[in-house]
Amino acid sequence: MAEVSLHKLNKKFDTTHVVKDVDLQIRDKEFMVFVGPSGCGKTTTLRMIAGLESVTAGEIRIDDKVVNEVPPMDRDIAMVFQNYALYPHMSVASNLAFGLKMRKFEKAEIEKRINNAAAILGIENLLQRKPRQLSGGQRQRVALGRAIVRDPKVFLFDEPLSNLDAKLRVQMRVELKKLHERLAVTSVYVTHDQVEAMTLGDRVVVMKDGVVQQVGEPLELYNTPANRFVAGFIGSPAMNFADVTLAENGGRPVAEAPGLRIGLPGELATRARARSGHKATLGIRPEDIHVATAADAPEYCFEAAVEVVEQLGSEILLDMRAGPALMVASVDPTLRVRAHDKLKLALKPERLHLFDAETEAAI
Amino acid sequence: MIEGALWRRWVFYNIPLILFVFVLLFPFYWMIVTTFRPDGELYLPWNAPNYMPFWTNNPTLEHVLYLFEETSFSRWMFNTMLIALVSTVISLFCGVLAGYALARLNFPYAGGLGTAIFITYLVPQTLLFIPLAEIIRNFQLGDTPWSLILTYPTFLIPFCTWLMMGYFKAIPKELEECARIDGASRWKAMVYIIIPVAVPGILSSGIIAFTLSWNEFIYALVFLSSPDQKTVPVGVTSELIRGDVFFWGPLMAGALLGSIPVAIVYSFFVEHYVSGLTGSVKG
Amino acid sequence: MAVTAVSGSAARPIPRLRRLEDERWLAMALLAPTAILLGLFIAYPFFEGVLLSLSSARVGDPGHFVGLKNFHKIWDDSIFRTTVWNTFWYTGVTTVFKLALGLWLAILLNRHFRGKAIIRAFILLPFIIPTVLSTFAWKWMFDPTFSVINWTLFQLGFITQRINWLGDPDLAMTSIIVINIWRGVPFFAITLLAGLQTISPELHEAAAIDGARPWARFWHVTWPLLMPVTLVVVLFSVIQTFADFQLVYVMTGGGPANATHLFATYAYQLGIGTGLLSEGAAISLAMFPFLFIIVVVQLLYIRRVETR
Repeated sequence: MAEVSLHKLNKKFDTTHVVKDVDLQIRDKEFMVFVGPSGCGKTTTLRMIAGLESVTAGEIRIDDKVVNEVPPMDRDIAMVFQNYALYPHMSVASNLAFGLKMRKFEKAEIEKRINNAAAILGIENLLQRKPRQLSGGQRQRVALGRAIVRDPKVFLFDEPLSNLDAKLRVQMRVELKKLHERLAVTSVYVTHDQVEAMTLGDRVVVMKDGVVQQVGEPLELYNTPANRFVAGFIGSPAMNFADVTLAENGGRPVAEAPGLRIGLPGELATRARARSGHKATLGIRPEDIHVATAADAPEYCFEAAVEVVEQLGSEILLDMRAGPALMVASVDPTLRVRAHDKLKLALKPERLHLFDAETEAAI
Repeated sequence: MIEGALWRRWVFYNIPLILFVFVLLFPFYWMIVTTFRPDGELYLPWNAPNYMPFWTNNPTLEHVLYLFEETSFSRWMFNTMLIALVSTVISLFCGVLAGYALARLNFPYAGGLGTAIFITYLVPQTLLFIPLAEIIRNFQLGDTPWSLILTYPTFLIPFCTWLMMGYFKAIPKELEECARIDGASRWKAMVYIIIPVAVPGILSSGIIAFTLSWNEFIYALVFLSSPDQKTVPVGVTSELIRGDVFFWGPLMAGALLGSIPVAIVYSFFVEHYVSGLTGSVKG
Repeated sequence: MAVTAVSGSAARPIPRLRRLEDERWLAMALLAPTAILLGLFIAYPFFEGVLLSLSSARVGDPGHFVGLKNFHKIWDDSIFRTTVWNTFWYTGVTTVFKLALGLWLAILLNRHFRGKAIIRAFILLPFIIPTVLSTFAWKWMFDPTFSVINWTLFQLGFITQRINWLGDPDLAMTSIIVINIWRGVPFFAITLLAGLQTISPELHEAAAIDGARPWARFWHVTWPLLMPVTLVVVLFSVIQTFADFQLVYVMTGGGPANATHLFATYAYQLGIGTGLLSEGAAISLAMFPFLFIIVVVQLLYIRRVETR
């Protein structure tokens, strides 16, 4: 059993407050991803869990034991670093064996674990090489191997795929997922890439400026973001935002901006009516906008002028201007459209989001 | 990395550091105190009662005055400064050119010449001073600053070359190629593009060469004889000791004042000195 | 080809300058000043020194060729043997201590703290200030009658008799060793510090997570990775120390009873002091084979470490 819990965790560097009141429960065998822009505090939080940074306030527990004062080597954790941190003067085998040697394991046991890990990762033929003779992907595997042989309670990953080229990154993502399914060890993974977060995480923590924005399963974050930041961070291409005012038009709540008027459906309408007259931000994802057909209700349609057409083959991204707002729509790749065309577009009403203009929280 | 509790930091890091700094700097403090201490207080035996060696309440300039009035100290300062500056300039000139040639040009025996220059480092001044004294005398350079100005580069140039090679190698080839496409000849590319970029390296070599010149002793001791020609280290050693009697006050004054020019120049170029020193070891 | 075309369409280059394009000519021109100076004042004296050591020259008397007689003579000279022993002892002990203390200081400096740059600058002073001058300060500190060290030890109750730092043969050697270490630690510290800074902190963190306590981290990670820099620094230092002159000349002149004579000081005493030029030259030259072997061994070791 390996649960990690963070209770009112805070970290200050001199006067800079980088991690603010983080509360989190990571379940046994869960793959928890911390995601957010640079400087949001995710790496610092990871390093506090590892014991590489001291805790200013709050508690970290591993399996119900408070580990704030416990040094890294006694926390039964293993870490994979962004730059791999392989010992350059040792062979791959020695790199893998190092942690076990430090803990005075028997030679036979060390051999067994190394061979086991090497087999899982497909690096048996690299055991006698030095790190400088390996490619980026191979080094990454060795770094993973070093963590695996330790058989720890918790795996910690510090942006391990950031240094790999795009293609390799995709490959390694899949391998990591398979690895987790196979080994089933509680893992804490830090990344700035929301694609990695969505694909790898059992649950995802979005952080900004040291504060947890939202915790939940990937799809939860995608469908029901708690605030504007999460909505804009998760999903690619990013969600479209327009500054609107909530008003009533013929008795029905609408979101208005110069040159734009969008109706609001069901539940959202009820909540909007309560805030009539206030400013808000309207959100709609590019993939939820399509070219209007006769079947689309007029209150969910709008006019836009196409500025740039990006033909990707699998879809077309249209950069458009609707009123004062710039929007991106992902439409059917067979559409015939050129720059400067004027289009009528419709959006899926159930996919609309509203965020309070001041608090940025979801309405 | 966590360093641990505050007390750990003090015991394992700060206190040892303070001790190191104290031991490394104490002799200079001692120089200063002795320079300004009157003779009466100076020559007290080590176990005299009421002896407070670390401070004086009657500071005096008598030793400094003695230094300037009774010896050619100001002459020595001038000599040493002149020799150091000219040798440094000569060595930089040779070192920059040689460093560039070895780092950038392809020609036969490049490796061999580089090794040869390094080998000269194996031939210390204390090995050559006896035959060199003869040669200097034959060239009629004895007892002149030229005897040193021409011989100091022998140990300054290898170092400068070594250092400049490292700096030149670090300059991307593209910079030169761009200049040559723009129409510059090899020589012009070197003068107008490469050398300006290597200025930090030149400053590093220069400051190290300067301090090494001031530090040289045996050649100055052997090649110079008249008091007016001497450099500061030699002058202080020979003119402030009469037989067995050491004039400690003026001696320390000489040591202190002799150290100050180097210390001042060094203080302007600390970063360059450090990077030059460390660059020479990594190269 | 393109370059000549471009420059040809501009001002016509003088034939002499076109030659500079030829790399070999340029290289020769650039290396000429260095070659002349080093040839004239190193190669030529070295050669002359060899000839001198094989002659019977004295001051004022050019002497004649005597073969290896001088070398036989110094080999039988007990003072020379003492000198050889002294020099090796001096070099060995100081190098070990300079390395250990320099490394310790480098580790202490390898963190962030206020005033680091200033402390680093001040620490180099013993190395920067002319050796002769700082050695005089030490001589004053060690002077048997007036020593401030004796005073301190007396005040702290450790001694009742004065310590004859410079009059007792063993203590004299200890004194010069101490001063040499004092002067050399900054050099080791600063260069080793630079070496330490090339070791990524992530490696130490990974080792800590792997279960290595501070000493194990040093031994398994820091020391092996520092080896290349360490070897070069030791090489420079050994050459310097082996050929040292200033320190001993000022402190003891080689005494008491030749206990602190090094190659350089003994050569000076014989060659310049007593005027026995050829024998002095022989002693100086005797340094060369030792230096050569030490350097070659170290260079081979360096090469082995770097390609490991």
